[in-house]
Amino acid sequence: MIPLSWYLIFAAALFSIGLFGVLARKNAIVILMGIELMLNAVNVNLVAFWRYRAPEMIAGQAFAIMVFAVAAAEVAVGLALFISIYRRRNTVAADEIDLMKW
Amino acid sequence: MTALQIIFILVAAATLGAGLMVVTSRNLIHSALWLVVALFGVAVFYVLLQAGFLAVAQVVVYIGAIAILIIFAIMLTRRIMDEDSPTFNANWGWAVFVALIIFGALTWVLTSWPGISQPMAELSERSDPLRQLGAALVSPSLYVLPFELASVLLLAALVGAIFISWERK
Repeated sequence: MIPLSWYLIFAAALFSIGLFGVLARKNAIVILMGIELMLNAVNVNLVAFWRYRAPEMIAGQAFAIMVFAVAAAEVAVGLALFISIYRRRNTVAADEIDLMKW
Repeated sequence: MTALQIIFILVAAATLGAGLMVVTSRNLIHSALWLVVALFGVAVFYVLLQAGFLAVAQVVVYIGAIAILIIFAIMLTRRIMDEDSPTFNANWGWAVFVALIIFGALTWVLTSWPGISQPMAELSERSDPLRQLGAALVSPSLYVLPFELASVLLLAALVGAIFISWERK
């Protein structure tokens, strides 16, 4: 029997790792990977709460599926943006993409 | 300690280690491959939580589509980036600090919540979570609107991605 707290602490750790990647890395594609890790951590939380607290209501799984769809859309648009930026400016380093910085 | 708990600890350690490799690895392709390992670990957790459909969807959507898309993007934007330019930006110390604070705060809030020690609720014999999920996603009183919105969002993302990365002559 696995306690609920194990899942939640695991998800918190995975979220923090993703957050570190988003804040610390230079490469924009790795930042996107960090966001994926964070979304996965949130999904683990949703499913764990569904299973431990309210297995008769399916809300946790339904929202996890919404998160899947949003993650897929986000990655598609994000990678298209990076490829387009790479073509024009020959870089995907997040701190060199400063066109809109005033 | 039961067998399930040992499996949990092994998978959690592998997933967190793979996650750390994703964010610290110098070589981007290695990052992406570690990301596949981490996503697979999360799929194992879905199996442990008896959410079989989500485990399959995790493998198909995340590993099969998103991770492969990321690998393609890395190959299309390859440059000296992974050799001599620094991996981390100047604020990485602050990033470690913020990540540790968030982890500590989340753990503290969750462990001080009284519901944390609740045992796993029983799944009733007759209920079938997969059938329930399928019905909930198309039932007008539950989630048909978010479901349709998600499909419109995916279509918009598809059109947007093609438009953005289109090479104009």
